[in-house]
Amino acid sequence: MMTPATLTNQAPSMANFVELWVYLSATPLFGLTATLVVYLLAQAAYTAVNHAPWANPVFWTVTAIASVLLLTDVPYPTYFAGAQFIHFLLGPAVVALAWPLWQRRADLMRRWGRLLLAALAGGVAASGSALALGWAVGLPNDVLLSLAPKSVTAPVAMGIAASIGGIPALTAVFSVVTGLIGALSGKYLFDGLRIPTDAAGWTARGFALGTASHGIGAARAMQVHADAGAYAALALGLQVVLASLLLPLLMRLI
Amino acid sequence: MNGLRGLGWLLVLQSMGELLSRGLSLPLPGPVVGMMLLLVALRWAVVREPVSACADVLLSHLSLLFVPVGVGVMTHLSIVSQYGGRMLLVLVVSTLIGLAVTALLLNYLWRHDDAGNTDESSPKHG
Repeated sequence: MMTPATLTNQAPSMANFVELWVYLSATPLFGLTATLVVYLLAQAAYTAVNHAPWANPVFWTVTAIASVLLLTDVPYPTYFAGAQFIHFLLGPAVVALAWPLWQRRADLMRRWGRLLLAALAGGVAASGSALALGWAVGLPNDVLLSLAPKSVTAPVAMGIAASIGGIPALTAVFSVVTGLIGALSGKYLFDGLRIPTDAAGWTARGFALGTASHGIGAARAMQVHADAGAYAALALGLQVVLASLLLPLLMRLI
Repeated sequence: MNGLRGLGWLLVLQSMGELLSRGLSLPLPGPVVGMMLLLVALRWAVVREPVSACADVLLSHLSLLFVPVGVGVMTHLSIVSQYGGRMLLVLVVSTLIGLAVTALLLNYLWRHDDAGNTDESSPKHG
């Protein structure tokens, strides 16, 4: 990249800094480094406050990076050019979810009926209440349809939204916000509902997080308790399967 | 080395999942089909040992992987803001309902008809 030295005669150091920033923020290195470094800081803070839900590292990392991008006018595609290397790992990570399931296969085989029932009930409750509330506050139809798949992980939810007549970009926003709400509020809600923190209670908490707030909720569950994490992974997988199969079918009937 | 081999397996299975998902136009995304394939393949030690080394690392940092999408959403919040506070209300309340229904139901089911469950000492619900 050329350095236009002619423009810098008044305040060379400041101008150099701005140039450097413009250069750095345009390379993939910036997006990748910012994502990793800010996340590591947020993770350290999260550990320092004993994994309190309000200190959720995804929430704070996302908020910090998005604020910097908005304040400095760096467009999202420029950031994503670097961040895509991290984003890419989501695919292999979803495949890897089979590992915690395999480790608990005996338990899961014994309990599959009840797990399926809970996944169905939770999915219907989340989608149904979103549709009912959205309708009650007067949201237009295409927005309602975009709300229906919001408890499924974003890439899948967008596909479902497209197939039932919703707006995929809107669904992506709803899905991520839903994940963050679950990760931030789950512990307080479960404590309020007096879901215990024994072996069975942890699996119920984890499974609920995976059902109602997909991967972001599951990531929170995995950090808190290994069994909760595994059941969250299972719930997330079941929700993907159930929503992909049932939502398009239901919407055709209505 | 095992970690790298594990990543190799994950990518191979994801690719097979993508091929099956597109080839047969399944309603499930490629990585999810890959997860199902891995669930079967884990019975073989040649898959299991490397994958376990890689999966633990990948899954313990799962939340990091959501940051790029999350930033995208936050920089595009304007498409939602036209619906204002009522939209946030709908999202918060419906998520809490989904969480509560699932956790309460499962907790109830565990404690009322799980003969094989040994931790029945905790308080009952329902």
